[in-house]
This record gives sequence, C-alpha cells and structure tokens, in this order.
Amino acid sequence: MNVTLVQGVVQPRVPIHSVGAMAAEPILRVRNLEVTYYTDSGRAKALDNVSFTLKAGEKLGMVGESGSGKSTLALAMMRMIKPPGRIEGGQVIVGDTDLMSLDQEGMRKARLSRIAYIPQGAMNSLNPVMKIGAQMMDAVKSHLPDEARPAIEARCKRALQSVDLDASVFKMFAHELSGGMKQRVCIAIGILLDPDVIIADEPTSALDVVTQRQVMETIDNVQKAINAAVILIGHDMGLMAQFVDRVAVMYAGRLVEMSTVREMFTDPKHPYSRALISSLPSLDNKGVFQGIPGLAPSLLRLPSGCAFHPRCASVMPTCSTIRPEAQILPGGRSVTCHLYDGEALHEGRT
Amino acid sequence: MTLKFVIKRLVFLVLVIWAASTIVFFIPRLSSRNALRERFGELARTGGFSPGDMEKIIASMQQQFGLDRPLLEQYWQYLHNIVRLDFGYSLYRYPSTVSDLIAQSLPWTIGLLLVSTILSFLIGNLLGGISAWPRAPKWMRAVATPFILLTGVPPVIMAILLIFFIGFKLKWLPLGGAYSVGQVPNLSWGFALDMLRHQILPALSLIFGSVGGWVLSMRGMGITIQGEDYVNFAEHKGLTGGRIFRDYYMRNALLPQVTGFALALGTVVTSAIIVEGLFGLPGIGTMLNLAIRSNDFPTIYGIVLFITITVAVLMTIVEFLYPLLDPRVRQS
Amino acid sequence: MSAIALPPSTQASIERPGSLVLLLRYLRRNKGLAIGLLILLALVAFTVIGLLTVNTKNAYPLSVALKKPPSWKYPFGTDFFGRDLLAAMVVGMWQTAFIGVLAGGLGTFIGVVLGFISAYFGGWIDGTIRTICQVLAPIPVLLIQVVIAGSLDKRDVTIVTMAMIVVLLAWMGPTLVIRAQVLTMKERQFVSVAKLSGVSDLGIIFKEILPCLLPFIAAAFVAQVFVAVFAAFYLAVLGLGPLREPLLGNIIWAAQSQGAIFNGWWWWPIIPSVGMILILGSLALINMGLDELANPRVRRTE
Repeated sequence: MNVTLVQGVVQPRVPIHSVGAMAAEPILRVRNLEVTYYTDSGRAKALDNVSFTLKAGEKLGMVGESGSGKSTLALAMMRMIKPPGRIEGGQVIVGDTDLMSLDQEGMRKARLSRIAYIPQGAMNSLNPVMKIGAQMMDAVKSHLPDEARPAIEARCKRALQSVDLDASVFKMFAHELSGGMKQRVCIAIGILLDPDVIIADEPTSALDVVTQRQVMETIDNVQKAINAAVILIGHDMGLMAQFVDRVAVMYAGRLVEMSTVREMFTDPKHPYSRALISSLPSLDNKGVFQGIPGLAPSLLRLPSGCAFHPRCASVMPTCSTIRPEAQILPGGRSVTCHLYDGEALHEGRT
Repeated sequence: MTLKFVIKRLVFLVLVIWAASTIVFFIPRLSSRNALRERFGELARTGGFSPGDMEKIIASMQQQFGLDRPLLEQYWQYLHNIVRLDFGYSLYRYPSTVSDLIAQSLPWTIGLLLVSTILSFLIGNLLGGISAWPRAPKWMRAVATPFILLTGVPPVIMAILLIFFIGFKLKWLPLGGAYSVGQVPNLSWGFALDMLRHQILPALSLIFGSVGGWVLSMRGMGITIQGEDYVNFAEHKGLTGGRIFRDYYMRNALLPQVTGFALALGTVVTSAIIVEGLFGLPGIGTMLNLAIRSNDFPTIYGIVLFITITVAVLMTIVEFLYPLLDPRVRQS
Repeated sequence: MSAIALPPSTQASIERPGSLVLLLRYLRRNKGLAIGLLILLALVAFTVIGLLTVNTKNAYPLSVALKKPPSWKYPFGTDFFGRDLLAAMVVGMWQTAFIGVLAGGLGTFIGVVLGFISAYFGGWIDGTIRTICQVLAPIPVLLIQVVIAGSLDKRDVTIVTMAMIVVLLAWMGPTLVIRAQVLTMKERQFVSVAKLSGVSDLGIIFKEILPCLLPFIAAAFVAQVFVAVFAAFYLAVLGLGPLREPLLGNIIWAAQSQGAIFNGWWWWPIIPSVGMILILGSLALINMGLDELANPRVRRTE
C-alpha cells in the first residue's frame, strides 16, 4: 500500500488498521470535554463539548485553522491547561482510567506512561543546559524510581535507536542538533514508556519538506512498534492524509466532522470540511488558490446558532438560530451540521 | 572559549581601568580646590606653623608629589603608578600611603562583603524564582513575593532601621563598632564571638537591603522562563515539580542573573562601604567616610580607583567562568 | 463556492467593555502598579499640601526649638539644629522630586537621542557610542560621583549641581535600551516601506519609530528617576550634598554625625528613612508594573 506524492497531488491511502481495529475496544474515549478561557474582555469557550474515541493502533489527524481549539484539545487531554484557562468538564478515559478524576500526583504519573505528548520540538522544547541523555533519563526515573541506572540508560538509547538517531546523541546538547534531530529526540522521549496514547502537536511545522516526511515516517514506525493510538495535530492536510486513518475537523472549539481519510477526501460532509478539501492544491485546479471566504470568528463573540454560518456556502435559515449537535451518519461518520438533520442514526453524544 | 574571546575581554578590562583612572585624574584638576593648600591651611589654623612657612611647605610638597611638572607628564606618571597599585600618599595620615591604608582595612570589608553578597544573591534568587513559579504552593508564593518590596529599602536605610529597632529598641545587638568598647583585640574565643556579634547587623543590612533587587529581577527572568517550551515539555514528561523547578526552570533563569550579578557588583560594593561607614567598622567604607570629612583627596581617589579596578577584574572573572555554566557559550 | 461577507449584526451581538473599565480591571490585577501609583499620589499630595500650609523657613537651622520628639506641635519632631522635620520633609520631598525628574528626564533625553543616533545610523558612530557605554558601564557610577562631588567647592554644591552630577554618569543605561529597541524597530516592515516610499530619515524617526517607542521611553524614564533619586540620596548620606538643604539624605547624614539614635533622637533619622522608602518603593512598583504592561509575556501569568 504505497503512498504517492506527485506534484502536490494527494492520494489518500486506505487505512490498514481499520478492519482489525474496528473490533477492538477503544483505548481512548474523550467525552464532552469543555475548556473556557477567562480573559479581561470576557469568557472564551476554547473547547465546546468535544467527544470522540480512538482504538489502539489507530491514527487520527486533527485539523482546523489556528484558534480552532486543536492545541487546546491536546493540552486539555494532558490536563495542562494553564490559567486563565480552565477545564470545565468532561472525561478523558485512557483504557479504563478517567484522567480527569486523577489527583495531581496520579496525573503526573499518567503523563508519558499512559498518555504522551510530543511537542513541536524543532525549536525550543529541549532544555538548553542539560544533555539530551539527562533529559531522557530524568523522565524515566520520575516514573520508574526503582529502575537501575544502567537499565534506564539502555532504555533511553533504545528509544534513540528506534527514531534512527545515533547513540552519541545521548551525550550531546540541544544546540548541537539539527531541527529534525531535535524533533526525533522529542519523539524518542514520547515513546520511552510505551504509552497507550500519543499526541503529536504540529510535529513537523518549522521543518523543511524532506525532514517533515522523515519525521512523519518515524512517528509511523514507532507507533506501529508499540501499537499506540496517535493523535496528530496539524494544518497540513496533504501531509496528514498520507499517515492517518481518520481525520477530525475542528472549528471554533467544536468537532464539526470526523471521518476516515478516504471519506473525508472523496466525500466531505460538513461545508467547512468541503471548503478545506477544495482549498487543497490538486491537478484539476492547478495554480488556482481557493481560500475559505471570511475570517475565523473570535471565540469571545461567536456567531449565534452554528458558528460557521456566516461563512457557510450552504447556509439555511435555521443555522443562524439553532446550534447543531453532533450526529452519527450511516457508515459511522460524525458530523455537526443541520444539512444532515434527519439522516442521522442517532445523536452523537454518547 | 576561544583565545580571541579571552584577549577581547582582557583588552576591555584594560580600557575600563584606563577610563576610570583618566576620569579620576582629570576631574580634580578641573576644580579650583587645592587639596594641599586646604590641608595645610587647616594645620596652620590649628597651630603648628606660621602662614609664611606654609607657602614654602606647600611648594616643596608640590615638588615632591610632582605637581609642578607639565600635566601630561603627571598623567603619564600617574598611569604608571596605577599599574603598580600605587595611589600615592594620604594627606591626612602622611606618610602612610593610600595602598597601606587600603591593605589595613581591606580584610574587614572583604569578610563582610563576601558573606552578605553571596547570601543575598542566593536568598534573593530562590525567593524570586518561587514567586514567579506558578506551580509553587500558594503560601510559598505569598511569603516570597512581598520581598520585592525590599527593593524600595536600600542597604543604607535598612541599616538605620536595624540599628534603631534591633540595636537601640530591643538592645539585642550592638549599635556599631568592630568590637565592644574596652575589649582589647586578642585571639580568644570570647573576642571572636564579640566581633562576630558586631558583624551581624551590618551583614543583615546588606543582605536585606539588596535581596529585593534579586527577587525582582529573578521574578522577571522566572516569568520568561516558565513560559518556555522546555519547561512545559518537562511537565508533559511527568517530572515531579521539584525537579522541573530545579533543573529546567531555575538553572536556566539563573544564567542571566549571573551576568546581572557581574553588572551589579559596582552598586553592591558601593552600598557595602557606605553601610560599613554607618556602623563604624574599620573597613574601607569608614576610611572613605573619614577621607571625605577630612578632605583627604588622594585617599578618596585611591579608594575609588581601587574599588573600580577590583570590580572590573571581578566582572572579567565572572565572564570567564560563565561558559562553564552555559554549554551554548562554551562551544561558540 | 460563493463568498459571503460577515453580516455586521452578528458581530456586535455581545457588548465589549469600555476602555476605562478594562483599565480599572487591569489595575486590580496588576496590584503593584496600582499600589505604586497610589503611594506616589499620596507623596505628591503631602508635598503640595505641605508647601501650601507649612512654613518652609522652618526647614532650615535655628528656626524652632531643638531636639523635640514628635508632638502635636511638631508632628515629625525637631532636630539638633532646630529644624522642624515636618517642614524639612516637605521641602526635602520637593527637592528630591526636583532632582529625580530633572536628572531622570535629562538622562532619558540624552539616552533617547544617543540611542537613536547610534542605532539608526550604525557604522562607526554606533561603534563609538556603544563602546563608550560599555566601557563606562562597569565603573561604579556612585563612586565616580563621589569624586566629582568631592572635588567641588562646598559652596558650589546646590540642588541643580547635584542633578547634573547624577546625569553625568547616568545616560548609558537608557542609551543602550533605546538603541536595542530602535534596532529591532528598524527591522520591521513598516520602516522599510517608509524608506522605500522616500520618507526622510528625520521623518521616519519622528513619525514612524518614535511613537512606537513611547512605552519604552516611559519605562526608561521611571527607571532613570529611580536611579537619580537613589544616587542623590547616597551622595547626600556621604555628606557630599548641599549641606544646608533639607534633602532626605542630608538629614540622615546630619543625624548620623550627631549620633542621633545613640542619643535617643530616633525620629531624626527614621522619618527621612521612611520617606525615602516610600519614594523608592513607589517608583520600583510603578517600574515593575510598566514592565508587566510592556511585556505581554509577563502579563500572561494569572
């Protein structure tokens, strides 16, 4: 099953895990997650009632404009929302543990060992005054205090190997590494403790195109090795389409559509998804750039009803008054739009 | 650290010393005051010799100090002397040289300065770090943050407050002096203890008088560092709060503080000698106070130059040590 | 896909709070700035009301009874030389403010001019100015000021010469700060655009760069006033101030030379000390608050 990239034309591949994964129990269940930022100018709902599930080994791409809540979602799942932001409610269940119900110490232990976060590490995610090895070892040590030093060191070097880095990196400082190498170190740290869920927050931005592909392949390889569920956050639809199984689209803090890659690219349901897909470059409209008209709304002053209605090409009278809820369409796709009222199997808020 | 860096810093050090020496050489010569005449006028008034003799004495003194030679020649001779740390004779305590006087009082100043500067730097940075650390317990931040207010209480005022409340009202510690009146300096434990007791208030004045500045600047640094990606990633890694605080936050926030320490040395030393003067400890500060009161200009200039040179040398040493702390500088 | 403009009605649906409300809300969160401004306001009120109601002649020797502790008649007491400390504090505050604003203002002005010249024209001019600043910076300014003040004839030392002595060695800081800011400003696009469209150097400096620098100039000014007040205070405590004037540092110097605390006249050095703490404290708080305002990163916490 080969991925082909010809002159910016994207050919989505068939998700290989989908058949086997369908049967398995979900490893991650996010339910009704809500985050609000309390600012001087008012309250901003950065995450509004977000729910989805992921199975072990499944890869989910999370896309949306900046400010749509992708990164907030990642931070909320790690319980790393900082004031003036606050997690108002919801559950993040990994295996059978609800992360939101853990105490501080329990959550600290869950980070990296159950749910790992890979930052956009090319720039500044590594401590400039500590050796790479020390930054890996302290992570292991804080979760496995009884493990002997040689064992920890061996584990870290294995992790470096699995992201195709030389063991000598262990003794180096961040400023001695290239952007791509730093990103690999961050991935290596993320997989140190074989987590169930890996969240990669824009892991390829600030990298050049060749390195982007290499980093994505690295994530792909390590993910297969430990069979973790992966959430890949980014706005490069093209790059993402080659690596993930499903795509979730966010708009103004809400999940507006979630489908398999193939469905998303061949038959997007939500008008916003359609706009996103048709804004991608393809052979048919070579050289013509199609943006999405209008600006992303401010979270402080969201339009009434459906937040997307002022920019929507298929706007209906109900859209400006009644807020749509997520609904599951036949085939298991989830979409939050009035266009499909009546087609739904059931309301999506499970 | 390359040879080029070392040479650059050393050239810079020489430039600083040269600039300070030049300022100190020319400023008094721009003024209309004649130190020798004032000094001997004073002696003549208190009785000793007749005004007629005075002119002769002044003339011979001026010849002896080389004050009758051309300005540039004097300047050259002066720079030459500075290189050998020769600051000339004290007018007030002639024939002692200024260097002798400095050597006598230096141990007192160094002892006080070393202890109080190190303590205030450590305490101030720890408190400043805590006050900007959002994951610190609320009570800790509530205790640490008010120390910023001490920025408004310079060491001199701190000294006056402490002398009044601790020394005068509560009578816990002596008001001033190096040792109790009537004590004869000796090598017994009792005398050492007595001396130590006299050092406590000056040291506390310096520590609490300068701790506020460190808290304030460290808080500023801390606020910048706690937003850095590597601190956030450390928390994502599930490290314990203490480890993030120590290895990721403090270690990075302290780096600019070390540079700041070098820059602040001048103010720190100045404050120390003024406080010393207030307490009447026999250090450089008291000597400077006496010199100002008695118009002993060579001593004033000598002390100022000596401190300037010391501060410049210390700053250069800190800059040479800095690469040991920051691997990024070490390589480039 | 057809472009649909955003109807204005949906945008204005939520009322935005007014700027005054925002400012008050901000001050409530930036407590340091609020407290600093309050203290400064109180000090200004004290000085102004004092200058209008208190007989300022009593701030000078031999005007009132000697060595009286604080009472209804003399709220701050009187000193060994027969000065009413209330009158002395009023005049001293006024003189301190005068020195601070004059020296701070001049220092900031020189810094802004030199910083602009240095950063804008670059080349050897920049090299020279920068090197001079860097060579002078490590020299303990206060001690050089001791040399200058000490070399002056005592009769020549007035409030104005004090301010001048302080300025003489207190312009390097603002110069380097403004220089760095202009350098980053120069890289911004709007300056290049102005340059390309033929605006003159002076036009760019005054119309494009200067307005953007105002917050930094304000912060530099407050910092310079702090430095000036501090330096003048130290010089006066060392007995190098205008000895007749009731500058706060002078009062402390006089008290110290007469062994005031040892003799039990505690109010004599303590009252000017408290005054100085209030001045320096309010300036430090305001400075910190302005920092928080200018640096969005600082603002983000809590």
